[in-house]
Amino acid sequence: MSQTNGHSYAYYPGCSLQATAHAYDLSTKRVADILGMQLQEVDDWNCCGATEYFSIMSLPAYSLVARNLALAANQGAQELVAPCSACYLNLRKTNDYMGKYRSKVGDPVNEALAAGGLHYTPGTVSVRHLLDVLVTDIGYDAIAAKVTYPLKGLRIAPYYGCLIVRPDTQYNPEYPTHLDELMRVLGATVVDFPLKAHCCGGHMTQISEEVAYELIRRILHNAAEYEADLIVTLCPMCQLNLDAYQPQANRMFGTSYNLPVLFFTQLMGLAFGLDAKDVGIGSEIVSARNALAKIGREEEPAERTPTRRDKKALPMPPMP
Amino acid sequence: MAEERVGVYVCHCGHNIAGTVDVEQVAQWAAELPNVVIARDYKFMCSSLGQELVEQDIREYGLTRVVVAACSPHMHEPTFRRACERAGLNPYLMEMANIREHASWVHQHSAESATDKAKALISGAVRRVLELEPLEPFRAPIKETTLVVGGGIAGINAALEIANSGHPVILVEREPSIGGHMAQFDKTFPTLDCAACILTPKMFDVGNHPNITLLTYSEVEQVDGYVGNFTVRVRKKARKVDTSLCTGCGECWERCPAKVVDTVYEAGLGYRTAVYRPFPQAVPKYPVIDVETCIYFQKGTCKACQKFCPTGAINFEQEDETIIIEAGNIVLATGYDLFDARRIPQYGYGRLANVFSNLEFERMTNASGPTGGKIVLRDGVTEPQTIAIVHCVGSRDKNYNVYCSAVCCMAALKFGHLVKEKTGAEVYSFYIDMRTIAKNYEEFYLRLLDEGMHFVRGRVAEITDAARRPGEEGKLIVQVEDTLVGKQRRIPVDMVVLMGAIEPRHDAAEVAHRFGIGCSDAGFFTERHPKLDPVATMTDGVFIAGCCQGPKDIPESVGMGAAAAARVLSLISQGEVEIEPVRAHINEERCSGCRICNNLCPYSAIDYIEDLGVSRVNPALCKGCGTCVAACPSQVIEGQHFTFDAIMSQIEGLLWDRRGDGHVTYVESEPVEAA
Repeated sequence: MSQTNGHSYAYYPGCSLQATAHAYDLSTKRVADILGMQLQEVDDWNCCGATEYFSIMSLPAYSLVARNLALAANQGAQELVAPCSACYLNLRKTNDYMGKYRSKVGDPVNEALAAGGLHYTPGTVSVRHLLDVLVTDIGYDAIAAKVTYPLKGLRIAPYYGCLIVRPDTQYNPEYPTHLDELMRVLGATVVDFPLKAHCCGGHMTQISEEVAYELIRRILHNAAEYEADLIVTLCPMCQLNLDAYQPQANRMFGTSYNLPVLFFTQLMGLAFGLDAKDVGIGSEIVSARNALAKIGREEEPAERTPTRRDKKALPMPPMP
Repeated sequence: MAEERVGVYVCHCGHNIAGTVDVEQVAQWAAELPNVVIARDYKFMCSSLGQELVEQDIREYGLTRVVVAACSPHMHEPTFRRACERAGLNPYLMEMANIREHASWVHQHSAESATDKAKALISGAVRRVLELEPLEPFRAPIKETTLVVGGGIAGINAALEIANSGHPVILVEREPSIGGHMAQFDKTFPTLDCAACILTPKMFDVGNHPNITLLTYSEVEQVDGYVGNFTVRVRKKARKVDTSLCTGCGECWERCPAKVVDTVYEAGLGYRTAVYRPFPQAVPKYPVIDVETCIYFQKGTCKACQKFCPTGAINFEQEDETIIIEAGNIVLATGYDLFDARRIPQYGYGRLANVFSNLEFERMTNASGPTGGKIVLRDGVTEPQTIAIVHCVGSRDKNYNVYCSAVCCMAALKFGHLVKEKTGAEVYSFYIDMRTIAKNYEEFYLRLLDEGMHFVRGRVAEITDAARRPGEEGKLIVQVEDTLVGKQRRIPVDMVVLMGAIEPRHDAAEVAHRFGIGCSDAGFFTERHPKLDPVATMTDGVFIAGCCQGPKDIPESVGMGAAAAARVLSLISQGEVEIEPVRAHINEERCSGCRICNNLCPYSAIDYIEDLGVSRVNPALCKGCGTCVAACPSQVIEGQHFTFDAIMSQIEGLLWDRRGDGHVTYVESEPVEAA
């Protein structure tokens, strides 16, 4: 379907992309331009309700989200792309549940929408996450063709977070690899990162610092252990927690992690030859400057190649 | 037709049919159908009393046609055909209406609809049976030779049983040696006797049996014919070794400079050379050259093996051979593939060095394996202090395979015992349910409890090297919900063994198609009846044994091999088989000789007779599939027992209540205009 409409999508930035994650918004738009994607922002969009509203009052929350779907549908969109994982989940959940639970969700929500002169038939638009759109619709080959500045020598820990893998998609929910593959296409080295889909703490930073910082510490520790230069994420919440609370977590545990956390679109922009400033690099709290300076430096340290392979060692099963 | 006298018999099948279909009403209704002189319902038509009822009525009422409304003809068509025959009625004048699988079982919640459907099915059968003609079955001699495909323990046993009774067997094996998975094991549960000690004598017997022709490194490419008279084409891959000269001395593989990982026999844990014999006790003893890895075949120079071979047995020019086998029966014992644990990335197989598959671990514990039986980490030297054994990897998991692989619990206990015996390491078993269901199995479980193996009930969530707590650094951490305690646990270990599922062979569907049999949803070969006929298939003369039918352990595979052999021997001793006379027949007077049917026939059963300019069906090859009948533009091919009139009458009967007059008129189909 995306082929016929020439990669044209309705775009739902969500509130984060206007504030803490403005770099995500900026880089997404630049990258979309280069790849020939038309992103049409949903006119007059509103909050997705985040996680809180759904826990307290579900029907108003569904109605709130459904308004965005209705607006996108009225704009004639077939596909709605959301870069924020939480927005993506809420939009997709509402779209699915309105159809699946018609009497409990679908009909009452439409009753609420009617008050504003709107109506939404579930399934009219299909809700997609930005990463999925890039790797599936645009494809690794088309992305590779735009790479002019390969991120050679940069060791990346790809961090997916918990939300985008949970709705039933074609990606493995326990150990997704599509962001890994995308980073490789950009020329970067991807490290094994067992905690790639673990929790970043979400809003726990506001409720219990001990719980949140411990979750943040685990992820930073794991990335550092695999000698990553930086963490790449696709979720504003994950980025905020790992970046903004990194100093606090260091203080609490007496550690000294210094791992920049960037959005994957920022790295795409860099690889496409854009200036760091043009993709919002510099707005992160843990500076990415030193890490990014490694790009292109041909210094693949020799000690990283496994040295244990002596004659006695047993062969490893080959990975596809 | 007006004088035909039909008897209709409606079976209750206990509650199976009568619980849904109003059988009494159906029988009363059927009695009123044209030509029906008697209609009865009875609790179990297939019982001897039920059969006697049919026989008695045939004699008493002078029945000329019989309709039995009961279960699938797969189940009891032979039963009622025999009953008719005993009463002097040609067995092909009996028709079954399947009101169980096609009515009561699928419409359990709608008795009225099920009853209506039963009536329609019976009406169709009555109309059809009136059009049937008496047929006489063909008789064909059974060839004495049996083809056994697969040389694992099940195939070996089937081959030996048949050969010992004095009949010739041809055993075809894909790999260079017979032995199958059992040859990879060190010990066997629950008795812990050495796998090689009990298997190799049998392998030796196969290799030296006067009645067994062994074709290793060979694959079946094509199967034609029918029970008693199969023609099978086998490709014998070039060993590049002349077996009439080779003594199996081993000079060639000792000199071979190409070392590659052996992913078959050593399960990826060890190496072999390009010219190799999988293991010392291999039968036959001759090596093969793997052309994919041989330096000479890849780069054009080397020939080290040829230079050093003392008997000049290496022959690089040797070509594949095609062998045609005439066999009366076939036993398929093609075994299983191990689940590829890389499909569950959170278990780390292939990523984390010290995560092993169960077959890798079998090879590791084997005294003749890559480590000489020492249990060590992937570095080849460090002994693990703690080992986790994870059950149900790819089994009992709706994401991969729903079924239980049946042997893993016992194999895990065996591993636990071997670890305790050899290293004294702590062993944790992560299980969902401990399934130790055969003789002396539970006792073995109790023994391991005594030996101090730890059992944690819960499916492992992930295996990671991301340390979080003190004591986890440098370890693999098994994250699991202990469902007996109701708590999440993280257990640091040095080594993990994943008990991968038993899966159908990757090409099982293809092989099934080649032999004309079916596969279950899971992909295993389908038996004729899950309880009463587990070794036969829907194709007469093709039997199955071992793990190709479903996961099973060694004793069960051995038993099934012997059972398949008994079935084959019983057919051989009958000397000839009765073959269904359902065949296509060409009316040569009206055949235009267009030859359209010639190439359509999937069994190549239609010959073109040049002199007469007509096509003719060879009844020995024809399977009665009806392809030619439907394709003939002159409509001069008739499928016996499925004639045009019989099929149209059956359709009319099925639709008895769709037209007011109970009669459907049909018109000859008109040619469709080309678009």
